[in-house]
Amino acid sequence: MLAKRIIPCLDIKDGRVVKGVNFVKLRDAGDPVENAQFYEKEGADELTFLDITASSENREIILKVVKRCAEKVFMPFTVGGGIRSLEDIRSLLKAGADKVSINTAAVKNPSLIKKASQKFGNQCIVVAIDARKKESSWEVYIYGGRTPTGIDALKWAKKVEELGAGEILLTSMDKDGTEDGYDIKLTKSISEEVNIPIIASGGAGNPEHLYQVFTLGKADAALAASIFHYRKYSVKEAKEYLRKRGINVRV
Amino acid sequence: MGNLRSVENAFKSMGYEAIITRDSARILNSSGLVLPGVGAFRDCMKNLNTYGLKEPLYKFIESKKPFLGICLGFQVLFEESEEFGLCKGLGILKGRVVRFPEDKLKIPHIGWNTIKIKKECPFLEGIKDSSYFYFVHSYYVISEKKEIIATTTDYGIEFASSIWKDNIFACQFHPEKSQRLGLKILKKFAETCEKNVG
Repeated sequence: MLAKRIIPCLDIKDGRVVKGVNFVKLRDAGDPVENAQFYEKEGADELTFLDITASSENREIILKVVKRCAEKVFMPFTVGGGIRSLEDIRSLLKAGADKVSINTAAVKNPSLIKKASQKFGNQCIVVAIDARKKESSWEVYIYGGRTPTGIDALKWAKKVEELGAGEILLTSMDKDGTEDGYDIKLTKSISEEVNIPIIASGGAGNPEHLYQVFTLGKADAALAASIFHYRKYSVKEAKEYLRKRGINVRV
Repeated sequence: MGNLRSVENAFKSMGYEAIITRDSARILNSSGLVLPGVGAFRDCMKNLNTYGLKEPLYKFIESKKPFLGICLGFQVLFEESEEFGLCKGLGILKGRVVRFPEDKLKIPHIGWNTIKIKKECPFLEGIKDSSYFYFVHSYYVISEKKEIIATTTDYGIEFASSIWKDNIFACQFHPEKSQRLGLKILKKFAETCEKNVG
């Protein structure tokens, strides 16, 4: 049976981890590869690197990180942040990323999703949706959550599926950083709307939240950052908990 | 594309020499051949044609040296695929490639799933039944000859997740992305290639 996936997310700035494993004796806590290896050993199912480097001239730096990571880590990893063109996607995949995650550029230029999925296969094109509650629905935000688009998140999810996205990384902006649980309603609504896997993100504070998003939220995978980075729980502990509660996880 | 590099990295990390090439002489001179591949069936066949790789592929497999097909490199061994309209494959093995039923589960099939071992296979030595491997695909293989199926995996339907026939081992999952157990399979493959040379 297909296991539910647990995906730690590492924020990268100028090639260094700015939000990653804490309170652990890594030789170099800012090294993305060491962080990745740490999570690989712990039994993470995949990894996501979010490049928050501000300037677009620094693409070379993230490419180097990806290349080094692919040499040392033998699990799937996704790279997101600042991807604007087919050329950006090609160079990341070529450097060894398994998937790329596209957010703002997908909204600004939806044909990019179509072209990219045709060119590289839909399995490597993840569309990231940042959604915020607005009355009885959810609105899509871009530019790192700063700019509302007026687009309905459910309709956008359906649209990106049609355009060829292989997965959706769905972040609840209302829940992000709260550590009081995922937005179950949002996750469930989107998961039922489309027939591609949904990675839920935003709000994980404990393993019970993971359990809820997999069962009630119908998520296929769960992305989490601080819950793992600050060692409140290890990936292994979270998976043990899920397994005991009847969730199919890889342990 | 990504996995081409990953497969190379995996072999190198274990101390084996691996090169990425489209040169037919180098292909035929190698002690083992891996055809990885993610992406679309039609593009893959088109590229094999464009770069004149079909002949060396057939020749290599005939030579009985170890061959490993991964994901799309597994699927193209069969006769045809229904991906984006019918498309002919290499036809080395009998069978076809079809899409997962739309109404059952999410497509693509992405993530870690278990294998059921159907027959003893040297390339799966040391791999236990129900081990997890990483999958990412929307189409699966229906092999005409059931006896070549080494493992199956369940995703709404039970499909062939790997096959073994003579010098050919091919799998739908990605050993290069399946951590320790995946590397074990690649190591076994590399060892078999080395034996051939020695």
